[in-house]
Amino acid sequence: MSQTLAEKILSVKSGGEAHAGDIVIAQVDLSFVQDTTGPLTVRQFQASGFKQLADPKRAVLFIDHAVPSPNSNLSEDHALLREFAGQAGGTISDVGSGVCHQIVAEAWARPGDVIVGADSHTVTAGGLGAFATGMGSSDVAIAMALGKTWLRLPETVRVEVSGELPRGVYAKDLILHLIGLIGADGATYKSLEFGGDTVASMSMSGRFTVANMAVEAGAKVGLFPADAVTRDYLMVRGRGGDYQPLSPDADASYEKTIRISAGGLEPTVSRPHTVDNTAPARELTGTKVQQVVIGTCTNGRLEDMEVAAGILKGKKVHPGTRLIVAPASRGVLLEAIAAGYIQTMIESGAVVLPPGCGPCLGLHQGVLGKGESCLSTANRNFKGRMGNPEAFIYLGSPATAAVTAIAGEITDPREEL
Amino acid sequence: MLKGKAFKFGEGISTDHIIPGRYAHLRSNLPELARHVLEDADPTFASRVNRGDFIVAGGNFGLGSSREHAPLVIKMAGVSAILVKSVARIFFRNAINLGLPVLICDTDKIDDGDELEVDLVTGTVRDITSGSQLTSGRIPEAMLRILEEGGLIPYIQKHGDFKL
Repeated sequence: MSQTLAEKILSVKSGGEAHAGDIVIAQVDLSFVQDTTGPLTVRQFQASGFKQLADPKRAVLFIDHAVPSPNSNLSEDHALLREFAGQAGGTISDVGSGVCHQIVAEAWARPGDVIVGADSHTVTAGGLGAFATGMGSSDVAIAMALGKTWLRLPETVRVEVSGELPRGVYAKDLILHLIGLIGADGATYKSLEFGGDTVASMSMSGRFTVANMAVEAGAKVGLFPADAVTRDYLMVRGRGGDYQPLSPDADASYEKTIRISAGGLEPTVSRPHTVDNTAPARELTGTKVQQVVIGTCTNGRLEDMEVAAGILKGKKVHPGTRLIVAPASRGVLLEAIAAGYIQTMIESGAVVLPPGCGPCLGLHQGVLGKGESCLSTANRNFKGRMGNPEAFIYLGSPATAAVTAIAGEITDPREEL
Repeated sequence: MLKGKAFKFGEGISTDHIIPGRYAHLRSNLPELARHVLEDADPTFASRVNRGDFIVAGGNFGLGSSREHAPLVIKMAGVSAILVKSVARIFFRNAINLGLPVLICDTDKIDDGDELEVDLVTGTVRDITSGSQLTSGRIPEAMLRILEEGGLIPYIQKHGDFKL
Protein backbone atom coordinates (compact mmCIF):
# COMPACT_ATOMS: atom_id res chain seq x y z
CA MET A 1 0.00 0.00 0.00
CA SER A 2 1.29 3.48 -0.73
CA GLN A 3 2.55 5.51 2.17
CA THR A 4 3.01 9.01 3.51
CA LEU A 5 6.39 10.11 4.88
CA ALA A 6 5.25 9.35 8.44
CA GLU A 7 4.06 5.87 7.43
CA LYS A 8 7.31 5.13 5.59
CA ILE A 9 9.56 6.12 8.46
CA LEU A 10 7.56 4.41 11.20
CA SER A 11 7.16 1.22 9.14
CA VAL A 12 10.93 0.88 8.91
CA LYS A 13 11.48 1.77 12.56
CA SER A 14 8.78 -0.56 13.89
CA GLY A 15 9.77 -3.50 11.69
CA GLY A 16 6.56 -3.93 9.71
CA GLU A 17 4.22 -2.12 7.35
CA ALA A 18 2.26 0.39 9.38
CA HIS A 19 -0.47 2.86 8.52
CA ALA A 20 -2.22 5.84 10.06
CA GLY A 21 -4.04 4.93 13.24
CA ASP A 22 -1.74 2.00 14.13
CA ILE A 23 0.00 1.89 17.50
CA VAL A 24 3.68 1.12 16.87
CA ILE A 25 6.69 0.50 19.07
CA ALA A 26 9.43 2.36 17.22
CA GLN A 27 13.19 2.22 17.54
CA VAL A 28 14.49 5.62 18.66
CA ASP A 29 17.55 6.89 16.79
CA LEU A 30 18.16 9.95 18.94
CA SER A 31 16.78 11.07 22.28
CA PHE A 32 17.53 14.35 23.98
CA VAL A 33 16.57 16.69 26.79
CA GLN A 34 17.34 20.28 27.65
CA ASP A 35 18.12 22.01 30.92
CA THR A 36 14.53 22.81 31.93
CA THR A 37 13.11 19.34 31.17
CA GLY A 38 16.23 17.18 31.63
CA PRO A 39 16.46 17.18 35.43
CA LEU A 40 13.00 15.56 35.66
CA THR A 41 14.05 13.05 32.98
CA VAL A 42 17.10 12.16 35.09
CA ARG A 43 14.92 11.66 38.18
CA GLN A 44 12.35 9.56 36.30
CA PHE A 45 15.12 7.47 34.71
CA GLN A 46 16.59 6.80 38.13
CA ALA A 47 13.17 6.21 39.73
CA SER A 48 12.53 3.50 37.14
CA GLY A 49 15.65 1.68 38.32
CA PHE A 50 17.69 2.17 35.14
CA LYS A 51 21.45 2.75 35.34
CA GLN A 52 22.68 2.97 31.74
CA LEU A 53 21.32 4.52 28.56
CA ALA A 54 20.31 2.08 25.81
CA ASP A 55 22.61 3.88 23.37
CA PRO A 56 24.82 6.53 24.99
CA LYS A 57 26.14 7.53 21.54
CA ARG A 58 22.66 8.64 20.48
CA ALA A 59 21.52 10.54 23.56
CA VAL A 60 22.24 14.21 24.17
CA LEU A 61 21.73 16.47 27.18
CA PHE A 62 21.56 20.10 26.03
CA ILE A 63 22.25 23.04 28.29
CA ASP A 64 20.73 25.81 26.22
CA HIS A 65 17.62 27.33 27.81
CA ALA A 66 19.25 29.23 30.66
CA VAL A 67 22.81 29.94 29.53
CA PRO A 68 25.03 31.05 31.07
CA SER A 69 23.07 30.16 34.19
CA PRO A 70 21.21 33.18 35.66
CA ASN A 71 20.86 31.75 39.18
CA SER A 72 22.05 29.04 41.55
CA ASN A 73 18.95 26.82 41.20
CA LEU A 74 19.50 26.49 37.47
CA SER A 75 23.26 26.02 37.98
CA GLU A 76 22.41 22.99 40.12
CA ASP A 77 20.11 21.64 37.40
CA HIS A 78 22.97 22.04 34.91
CA ALA A 79 25.32 20.21 37.28
CA LEU A 80 22.80 17.37 37.61
CA LEU A 81 22.76 16.88 33.83
CA ARG A 82 26.57 16.89 33.63
CA GLU A 83 26.80 14.39 36.47
CA PHE A 84 24.18 12.14 34.84
CA ALA A 85 26.09 12.13 31.53
CA GLY A 86 29.20 11.09 33.45
CA GLN A 87 27.40 8.16 35.10
CA ALA A 88 24.80 6.89 32.63
CA GLY A 89 26.36 8.06 29.37
CA GLY A 90 25.20 10.56 26.79
CA THR A 91 26.74 13.65 25.28
CA ILE A 92 26.62 17.00 27.07
CA SER A 93 26.10 20.01 24.80
CA ASP A 94 27.16 22.72 27.20
CA VAL A 95 26.83 26.49 27.63
CA GLY A 96 27.61 28.35 24.43
CA SER A 97 27.08 25.45 22.02
CA GLY A 98 23.60 26.56 21.08
CA VAL A 99 19.91 25.67 20.98
CA CYS A 100 19.17 21.93 21.04
CA HIS A 101 17.12 21.94 17.82
CA GLN A 102 19.80 23.78 15.87
CA ILE A 103 22.55 21.40 17.07
CA VAL A 104 20.32 18.39 16.36
CA ALA A 105 19.89 19.71 12.81
CA GLU A 106 23.57 20.51 12.30
CA ALA A 107 25.12 17.43 13.88
CA TRP A 108 22.69 14.63 14.72
CA ALA A 109 19.44 14.24 12.77
CA ARG A 110 19.36 12.02 9.68
CA PRO A 111 16.58 11.52 7.13
CA GLY A 112 14.39 8.59 8.24
CA ASP A 113 15.35 8.85 11.93
CA VAL A 114 12.91 8.67 14.80
CA ILE A 115 13.86 11.42 17.24
CA VAL A 116 12.27 12.16 20.61
CA GLY A 117 13.18 15.25 22.57
CA ALA A 118 11.87 16.68 25.82
CA ASP A 119 11.02 19.95 24.10
CA SER A 120 8.01 20.66 21.92
CA HIS A 121 10.10 22.17 19.12
CA THR A 122 11.85 18.84 18.53
CA VAL A 123 9.71 18.87 15.35
CA THR A 124 12.39 21.15 13.82
CA ALA A 125 14.37 18.11 12.59
CA GLY A 126 11.39 17.22 10.39
CA GLY A 127 13.05 19.67 8.00
CA LEU A 128 15.62 16.93 7.35
CA GLY A 129 12.99 14.22 6.91
CA ALA A 130 13.27 12.86 10.46
CA PHE A 131 10.17 11.78 12.39
CA ALA A 132 11.06 14.11 15.27
CA THR A 133 8.55 14.81 17.98
CA GLY A 134 8.40 16.47 21.39
CA MET A 135 7.53 14.47 24.49
CA GLY A 136 7.62 14.96 28.21
CA SER A 137 10.45 14.12 30.58
CA SER A 138 9.11 10.66 31.52
CA ASP A 139 8.64 9.54 27.91
CA VAL A 140 12.17 10.62 27.01
CA ALA A 141 13.56 8.93 30.14
CA ILE A 142 12.04 5.63 29.01
CA ALA A 143 13.18 6.19 25.41
CA MET A 144 16.72 6.74 26.68
CA ALA A 145 16.52 3.60 28.83
CA LEU A 146 14.91 1.23 26.30
CA GLY A 147 15.94 2.75 22.96
CA LYS A 148 12.32 2.74 21.82
CA THR A 149 9.00 4.46 22.32
CA TRP A 150 5.34 3.89 21.52
CA LEU A 151 3.59 6.08 18.97
CA ARG A 152 0.21 6.31 17.37
CA LEU A 153 0.97 6.65 13.67
CA PRO A 154 -0.64 9.98 12.77
CA GLU A 155 -2.93 10.78 9.88
CA THR A 156 -1.28 13.19 7.47
CA VAL A 157 -2.34 16.60 6.28
CA ARG A 158 -0.47 17.43 3.09
CA VAL A 159 0.52 21.08 2.57
CA GLU A 160 1.21 21.71 -1.10
CA VAL A 161 2.95 25.03 -1.75
CA SER A 162 3.51 26.28 -5.28
CA GLY A 163 5.08 29.35 -6.85
CA GLU A 164 7.75 31.77 -5.78
CA LEU A 165 7.77 33.63 -2.47
CA PRO A 166 7.53 37.39 -3.28
CA ARG A 167 10.30 39.76 -2.26
CA GLY A 168 10.14 40.43 1.50
CA VAL A 169 8.19 37.21 2.15
CA TYR A 170 9.94 34.26 3.78
CA ALA A 171 9.39 30.72 5.06
CA LYS A 172 8.36 32.27 8.40
CA ASP A 173 5.50 34.13 6.72
CA LEU A 174 4.39 30.90 5.04
CA ILE A 175 4.14 28.98 8.31
CA LEU A 176 2.49 31.88 10.17
CA HIS A 177 -0.03 32.12 7.32
CA LEU A 178 -0.73 28.37 7.52
CA ILE A 179 -1.25 28.44 11.29
CA GLY A 180 -3.56 31.43 10.93
CA LEU A 181 -5.48 29.48 8.30
CA ILE A 182 -5.95 26.18 10.16
CA GLY A 183 -5.72 27.40 13.79
CA ALA A 184 -3.63 26.46 16.81
CA ASP A 185 -5.36 23.08 16.94
CA GLY A 186 -5.74 22.70 13.18
CA ALA A 187 -3.34 19.77 13.00
CA THR A 188 -3.56 18.26 16.50
CA TYR A 189 -2.21 14.65 16.50
CA LYS A 190 -1.46 14.94 12.76
CA SER A 191 1.62 14.78 10.62
CA LEU A 192 1.96 17.94 8.54
CA GLU A 193 3.73 16.92 5.35
CA PHE A 194 5.11 19.67 3.14
CA GLY A 195 5.53 19.43 -0.62
CA GLY A 196 5.22 21.30 -3.90
CA ASP A 197 7.71 23.26 -5.98
CA THR A 198 8.14 26.05 -3.40
CA VAL A 199 9.21 23.44 -0.88
CA ALA A 200 11.51 21.69 -3.36
CA SER A 201 13.48 24.91 -3.85
CA MET A 202 13.33 25.99 -0.19
CA SER A 203 16.64 26.17 1.69
CA MET A 204 17.22 23.93 4.72
CA SER A 205 17.08 27.04 6.90
CA GLY A 206 13.56 27.78 5.64
CA ARG A 207 12.51 24.14 6.01
CA PHE A 208 13.64 24.14 9.64
CA THR A 209 11.65 27.34 10.30
CA VAL A 210 8.50 25.76 8.88
CA ALA A 211 8.97 22.36 10.59
CA ASN A 212 9.78 24.11 13.89
CA MET A 213 6.34 25.70 14.01
CA ALA A 214 4.32 22.61 13.01
CA VAL A 215 3.66 22.09 16.72
CA GLU A 216 2.01 25.53 16.89
CA ALA A 217 -0.83 24.00 14.88
CA GLY A 218 -0.82 21.04 17.26
CA ALA A 219 0.99 18.67 14.89
CA LYS A 220 3.01 15.69 16.08
CA VAL A 221 5.53 16.16 13.27
CA GLY A 222 6.24 18.54 10.40
CA LEU A 223 7.86 16.49 7.67
CA PHE A 224 9.84 17.48 4.59
CA PRO A 225 11.14 15.12 1.91
CA ALA A 226 14.87 14.43 1.88
CA ASP A 227 16.24 15.57 -1.47
CA ALA A 228 19.26 17.21 -3.11
CA VAL A 229 18.93 20.27 -0.82
CA THR A 230 19.02 17.95 2.22
CA ARG A 231 22.00 16.06 0.79
CA ASP A 232 23.98 19.26 0.22
CA TYR A 233 23.24 20.49 3.76
CA LEU A 234 24.57 17.24 5.22
CA MET A 235 27.59 17.10 2.89
CA VAL A 236 28.74 20.61 3.81
CA ARG A 237 28.74 19.44 7.44
CA GLY A 238 30.77 16.32 6.66
CA ARG A 239 27.68 14.15 7.03
CA GLY A 240 27.11 13.05 3.44
CA GLY A 241 26.98 9.45 4.69
CA ASP A 242 23.91 10.26 6.77
CA TYR A 243 21.88 11.07 3.67
CA GLN A 244 19.18 8.88 2.18
CA PRO A 245 16.51 10.16 -0.18
CA LEU A 246 13.00 10.11 1.20
CA SER A 247 9.69 11.03 -0.38
CA PRO A 248 6.06 10.04 0.04
CA ASP A 249 4.44 7.72 -2.49
CA ALA A 250 2.67 9.65 -5.25
CA ASP A 251 -0.67 8.06 -4.37
CA ALA A 252 -0.28 8.18 -0.58
CA SER A 253 -3.49 8.65 1.35
CA TYR A 254 -3.97 12.05 3.01
CA GLU A 255 -6.62 13.16 5.42
CA LYS A 256 -6.72 16.37 3.42
CA THR A 257 -4.54 18.53 1.21
CA ILE A 258 -4.12 22.26 1.77
CA ARG A 259 -2.92 24.20 -1.27
CA ILE A 260 -1.09 27.48 -0.82
CA SER A 261 0.02 29.80 -3.58
CA ALA A 262 3.33 31.33 -2.44
CA GLY A 263 2.90 34.30 -4.77
CA GLY A 264 -0.15 35.46 -2.81
CA LEU A 265 1.60 35.50 0.59
CA GLU A 266 2.47 38.68 2.46
CA PRO A 267 4.71 39.49 5.42
CA THR A 268 2.64 38.05 8.26
CA VAL A 269 2.60 38.72 12.00
CA SER A 270 1.02 36.80 14.90
CA ARG A 271 -0.63 39.17 17.37
CA PRO A 272 -0.91 38.62 21.14
CA HIS A 273 -1.63 36.13 22.73
CA THR A 274 -1.96 33.24 20.28
CA VAL A 275 0.11 32.15 17.29
CA ASP A 276 -2.97 31.70 15.10
CA ASN A 277 -4.04 35.33 15.65
CA THR A 278 -2.32 36.40 12.44
CA ALA A 279 -2.58 39.53 10.31
CA PRO A 280 -0.62 41.01 7.40
CA ALA A 281 2.22 43.16 8.81
CA ARG A 282 0.88 46.14 6.82
CA GLU A 283 -2.30 46.13 8.96
CA LEU A 284 -0.25 46.54 12.13
CA THR A 285 1.82 49.48 10.96
CA GLY A 286 2.21 51.98 13.75
CA THR A 287 2.15 49.45 16.60
CA LYS A 288 5.00 50.62 18.84
CA VAL A 289 7.42 48.01 20.20
CA GLN A 290 9.96 48.45 22.97
CA GLN A 291 11.91 45.29 22.11
CA VAL A 292 12.76 43.24 19.03
CA VAL A 293 14.29 39.76 19.20
CA ILE A 294 16.06 38.07 16.29
CA GLY A 295 17.11 34.48 16.97
CA THR A 296 15.79 31.27 18.60
CA CYS A 297 15.30 27.79 17.14
CA THR A 298 12.81 29.28 14.68
CA ASN A 299 14.94 32.01 13.10
CA GLY A 300 18.43 32.05 14.58
CA ARG A 301 20.30 30.66 11.59
CA LEU A 302 22.89 32.25 9.30
CA GLU A 303 20.33 33.06 6.59
CA ASP A 304 18.26 34.90 9.21
CA MET A 305 21.31 36.87 10.37
CA GLU A 306 22.08 37.72 6.74
CA VAL A 307 18.58 39.06 6.09
CA ALA A 308 18.58 41.10 9.31
CA ALA A 309 22.09 42.50 8.80
CA GLY A 310 21.27 43.38 5.20
CA ILE A 311 18.41 45.57 6.39
CA LEU A 312 20.25 47.03 9.39
CA LYS A 313 23.43 47.93 7.49
CA GLY A 314 24.12 51.64 7.87
CA LYS A 315 20.91 52.16 9.86
CA LYS A 316 20.27 52.73 13.56
CA VAL A 317 17.87 50.92 15.84
CA HIS A 318 15.10 53.28 17.01
CA PRO A 319 16.03 54.99 20.31
CA GLY A 320 12.83 53.73 21.95
CA THR A 321 13.51 50.11 21.01
CA ARG A 322 16.01 47.48 22.16
CA LEU A 323 17.23 44.99 19.53
CA ILE A 324 18.39 41.62 20.91
CA VAL A 325 20.13 39.15 18.60
CA ALA A 326 20.70 35.53 19.67
CA PRO A 327 22.39 33.26 17.11
CA ALA A 328 21.08 29.68 17.43
CA SER A 329 24.46 27.98 17.64
CA ARG A 330 28.19 28.58 18.01
CA GLY A 331 28.55 27.65 14.33
CA VAL A 332 26.01 30.27 13.31
CA LEU A 333 27.70 32.89 15.51
CA LEU A 334 31.14 32.19 14.04
CA GLU A 335 29.87 32.30 10.47
CA ALA A 336 27.90 35.48 11.18
CA ILE A 337 31.08 37.06 12.58
CA ALA A 338 33.11 35.97 9.56
CA ALA A 339 30.48 37.38 7.19
CA GLY A 340 30.41 40.71 9.04
CA TYR A 341 26.74 40.39 10.04
CA ILE A 342 27.45 40.62 13.76
CA GLN A 343 29.57 43.76 13.31
CA THR A 344 26.80 45.33 11.22
CA MET A 345 24.11 44.55 13.77
CA ILE A 346 26.16 45.75 16.75
CA GLU A 347 26.98 48.99 14.90
CA SER A 348 23.25 49.50 14.34
CA GLY A 349 22.68 49.28 18.09
CA ALA A 350 21.88 45.58 18.62
CA VAL A 351 22.96 43.65 21.69
CA VAL A 352 24.25 40.17 20.80
CA LEU A 353 23.64 37.29 23.21
CA PRO A 354 25.57 34.04 23.43
CA PRO A 355 24.08 31.14 21.43
CA GLY A 356 21.03 29.74 23.25
CA CYS A 357 17.30 30.18 23.69
CA GLY A 358 17.78 33.76 24.90
CA PRO A 359 14.68 35.69 25.98
CA CYS A 360 12.16 33.40 24.21
CA LEU A 361 10.91 31.60 27.32
CA GLY A 362 10.97 34.47 29.77
CA LEU A 363 13.77 33.29 32.03
CA HIS A 364 16.39 35.99 31.48
CA GLN A 365 18.21 38.09 28.87
CA GLY A 366 15.34 40.35 27.83
CA VAL A 367 12.33 39.87 30.13
CA LEU A 368 9.59 42.32 29.15
CA GLY A 369 8.22 45.04 31.41
CA LYS A 370 4.56 45.64 32.22
CA GLY A 371 2.66 46.96 29.22
CA GLU A 372 5.65 46.53 26.88
CA SER A 373 5.39 45.07 23.41
CA CYS A 374 7.96 42.95 21.61
CA LEU A 375 8.27 41.70 18.06
CA SER A 376 10.16 38.42 18.04
CA THR A 377 11.23 35.90 15.42
CA ALA A 378 10.43 33.10 17.91
CA ASN A 379 7.54 30.66 17.66
CA ARG A 380 5.30 31.43 20.63
CA ASN A 381 3.52 34.54 21.90
CA PHE A 382 1.43 33.12 24.74
CA LYS A 383 0.52 35.39 27.61
CA GLY A 384 3.43 35.43 30.05
CA ARG A 385 5.78 33.75 27.60
CA MET A 386 8.57 36.32 27.80
CA GLY A 387 8.46 36.59 31.56
CA ASN A 388 5.59 39.00 32.05
CA PRO A 389 1.85 38.23 31.76
CA GLU A 390 1.22 41.95 31.27
CA ALA A 391 3.39 42.22 28.16
CA PHE A 392 2.46 41.73 24.48
CA ILE A 393 4.34 39.57 21.97
CA TYR A 394 4.14 39.74 18.18
CA LEU A 395 5.83 37.14 15.95
CA GLY A 396 7.32 37.77 12.52
CA SER A 397 10.18 37.07 10.14
CA PRO A 398 13.75 38.36 10.62
CA ALA A 399 13.08 40.93 7.88
CA THR A 400 9.94 42.18 9.64
CA ALA A 401 11.90 42.22 12.89
CA ALA A 402 14.79 44.24 11.44
CA VAL A 403 12.61 46.92 9.82
CA THR A 404 10.51 47.11 12.99
CA ALA A 405 13.66 47.64 15.10
CA ILE A 406 14.65 50.60 12.91
CA ALA A 407 11.19 52.18 12.89
CA GLY A 408 10.36 51.40 16.55
CA GLU A 409 6.96 50.21 15.35
CA ILE A 410 5.72 47.26 13.35
CA THR A 411 6.62 47.81 9.72
CA ASP A 412 6.05 45.86 6.51
CA PRO A 413 9.55 44.89 5.27
CA ARG A 414 8.51 45.39 1.65
CA GLU A 415 8.55 49.13 2.34
CA GLU A 416 12.28 49.01 3.10
CA LEU A 417 13.57 46.39 0.64
CA MET B 1 -15.80 7.37 41.56
CA LEU B 2 -14.20 10.83 41.74
CA LYS B 3 -16.02 13.66 43.48
CA GLY B 4 -15.20 17.35 43.67
CA LYS B 5 -15.83 20.89 42.56
CA ALA B 6 -15.40 22.28 39.04
CA PHE B 7 -12.85 25.05 38.46
CA LYS B 8 -13.75 26.49 35.08
CA PHE B 9 -11.21 27.88 32.61
CA GLY B 10 -11.63 29.14 29.04
CA GLU B 11 -10.27 28.13 25.64
CA GLY B 12 -6.61 27.56 24.77
CA ILE B 13 -5.09 27.33 28.25
CA SER B 14 -1.38 26.98 27.39
CA THR B 15 1.46 25.44 29.39
CA ASP B 16 2.61 29.03 29.94
CA HIS B 17 -0.70 29.73 31.70
CA ILE B 18 -0.29 26.55 33.73
CA ILE B 19 3.32 27.02 34.78
CA PRO B 20 5.23 29.86 33.09
CA GLY B 21 8.84 29.58 31.96
CA ARG B 22 9.82 32.36 34.33
CA TYR B 23 9.56 29.77 37.14
CA ALA B 24 11.88 27.29 35.41
CA HIS B 25 14.41 27.82 38.20
CA LEU B 26 11.91 26.15 40.58
CA ARG B 27 11.51 22.96 38.56
CA SER B 28 13.77 21.03 40.94
CA ASN B 29 11.81 22.42 43.91
CA LEU B 30 8.36 21.04 43.15
CA PRO B 31 6.45 22.20 46.28
CA GLU B 32 7.56 25.77 45.57
CA LEU B 33 6.82 25.44 41.82
CA ALA B 34 3.32 24.06 42.54
CA ARG B 35 2.37 27.25 44.39
CA HIS B 36 2.26 28.98 40.98
CA VAL B 37 -0.09 26.50 39.27
CA LEU B 38 -2.31 28.22 36.68
CA GLU B 39 -1.18 31.58 38.05
CA ASP B 40 -1.44 33.42 34.71
CA ALA B 41 -5.00 32.12 34.11
CA ASP B 42 -6.35 32.56 37.66
CA PRO B 43 -4.01 33.82 40.40
CA THR B 44 -6.44 32.63 43.11
CA PHE B 45 -6.69 29.03 41.88
CA ALA B 46 -3.79 27.60 43.91
CA SER B 47 -5.23 28.87 47.19
CA ARG B 48 -8.84 27.80 46.47
CA VAL B 49 -8.46 24.30 44.98
CA ASN B 50 -9.07 21.30 47.23
CA ARG B 51 -8.02 17.66 46.90
CA GLY B 52 -10.33 15.87 44.47
CA ASP B 53 -11.47 18.96 42.55
CA PHE B 54 -11.64 19.11 38.76
CA ILE B 55 -10.22 21.45 36.16
CA VAL B 56 -12.92 22.07 33.54
CA ALA B 57 -11.87 23.96 30.42
CA GLY B 58 -12.46 24.57 26.72
CA GLY B 59 -10.54 23.37 23.68
CA ASN B 60 -6.83 22.70 23.04
CA PHE B 61 -6.05 22.56 26.76
CA GLY B 62 -2.31 22.38 27.51
CA LEU B 63 -1.04 23.61 24.16
CA GLY B 64 2.59 24.67 23.91
CA SER B 65 5.62 23.37 25.69
CA SER B 66 6.47 19.73 26.41
CA ARG B 67 7.05 20.59 30.09
CA GLU B 68 5.74 17.66 32.11
CA HIS B 69 5.77 20.05 35.05
CA ALA B 70 2.44 21.41 33.75
CA PRO B 71 0.36 18.29 34.51
CA LEU B 72 2.65 17.61 37.47
CA VAL B 73 1.79 20.82 39.33
CA ILE B 74 -1.92 20.29 38.53
CA LYS B 75 -1.69 16.82 40.05
CA MET B 76 0.21 18.17 43.05
CA ALA B 77 -2.60 20.71 43.61
CA GLY B 78 -4.88 17.73 44.25
CA VAL B 79 -6.85 17.86 40.99
CA SER B 80 -8.32 14.39 40.35
CA ALA B 81 -9.14 14.78 36.65
CA ILE B 82 -9.15 17.33 33.83
CA LEU B 83 -12.34 17.71 31.77
CA VAL B 84 -11.92 19.54 28.48
CA LYS B 85 -13.41 19.90 25.01
CA SER B 86 -10.08 18.91 23.47
CA VAL B 87 -6.51 18.51 24.66
CA ALA B 88 -3.11 19.24 23.12
CA ARG B 89 -1.10 16.17 22.22
CA ILE B 90 2.00 16.41 24.42
CA PHE B 91 0.06 17.56 27.47
CA PHE B 92 -2.36 14.63 27.10
CA ARG B 93 0.45 12.10 26.98
CA ASN B 94 2.27 13.75 29.90
CA ALA B 95 -0.86 13.78 32.06
CA ILE B 96 -1.56 10.09 31.45
CA ASN B 97 2.13 9.31 32.09
CA LEU B 98 1.69 10.88 35.53
CA GLY B 99 -1.56 9.02 36.23
CA LEU B 100 -3.71 12.14 35.82
CA PRO B 101 -6.88 11.40 33.79
CA VAL B 102 -7.99 13.77 31.02
CA LEU B 103 -11.56 13.33 29.78
CA ILE B 104 -13.04 14.86 26.65
CA CYS B 105 -16.62 16.09 26.98
CA ASP B 106 -18.89 19.05 26.27
CA THR B 107 -17.69 21.27 29.11
CA ASP B 108 -20.04 24.13 28.10
CA LYS B 109 -22.67 22.28 30.15
CA ILE B 110 -20.63 22.62 33.36
CA ASP B 111 -20.51 25.87 35.35
CA ASP B 112 -17.73 27.11 37.60
CA GLY B 113 -18.23 25.79 41.12
CA ASP B 114 -20.55 22.90 40.15
CA GLU B 115 -20.21 19.72 42.21
CA LEU B 116 -19.25 16.82 39.90
CA GLU B 117 -19.07 13.06 40.11
CA VAL B 118 -16.85 11.35 37.53
CA ASP B 119 -16.80 7.63 36.82
CA LEU B 120 -13.54 6.88 35.00
CA VAL B 121 -14.61 3.35 34.05
CA THR B 122 -17.81 4.35 32.21
CA GLY B 123 -16.68 7.88 31.36
CA THR B 124 -19.83 9.33 32.92
CA VAL B 125 -19.73 12.87 34.31
CA ARG B 126 -22.63 13.73 36.62
CA ASP B 127 -23.17 17.41 37.42
CA ILE B 128 -24.84 17.26 40.83
CA THR B 129 -25.46 21.02 40.92
CA SER B 130 -27.31 21.19 37.58
CA GLY B 131 -28.64 17.63 37.64
CA SER B 132 -27.30 16.93 34.14
CA GLN B 133 -25.22 13.99 32.96
CA LEU B 134 -22.48 13.95 30.29
CA THR B 135 -20.64 11.15 28.56
CA SER B 136 -16.96 11.61 27.89
CA GLY B 137 -14.94 10.16 25.02
CA ARG B 138 -12.93 7.01 25.66
CA ILE B 139 -9.26 7.33 26.58
CA PRO B 140 -7.33 5.40 23.86
CA GLU B 141 -6.61 1.79 24.84
CA ALA B 142 -2.80 2.13 24.91
CA MET B 143 -3.02 5.14 27.24
CA LEU B 144 -5.61 3.45 29.44
CA ARG B 145 -3.14 0.64 30.14
CA ILE B 146 -0.53 3.18 31.27
CA LEU B 147 -3.12 5.09 33.32
CA GLU B 148 -4.32 1.89 35.01
CA GLU B 149 -0.81 1.27 36.33
CA GLY B 150 -0.67 4.80 37.74
CA GLY B 151 1.51 6.24 34.99
CA LEU B 152 4.46 5.44 32.71
CA ILE B 153 7.13 4.88 35.36
CA PRO B 154 5.06 2.37 37.41
CA TYR B 155 3.99 0.78 34.11
CA ILE B 156 7.60 0.22 33.00
CA GLN B 157 8.65 -0.89 36.47
CA LYS B 158 5.97 -3.58 36.33
CA HIS B 159 6.24 -4.70 32.70
CA GLY B 160 9.86 -3.81 31.92
CA ASP B 161 8.87 -2.87 28.37
CA PHE B 162 5.95 -1.56 26.29
CA LYS B 163 3.24 -4.22 26.11
CA LEU B 164 0.55 -2.07 24.53
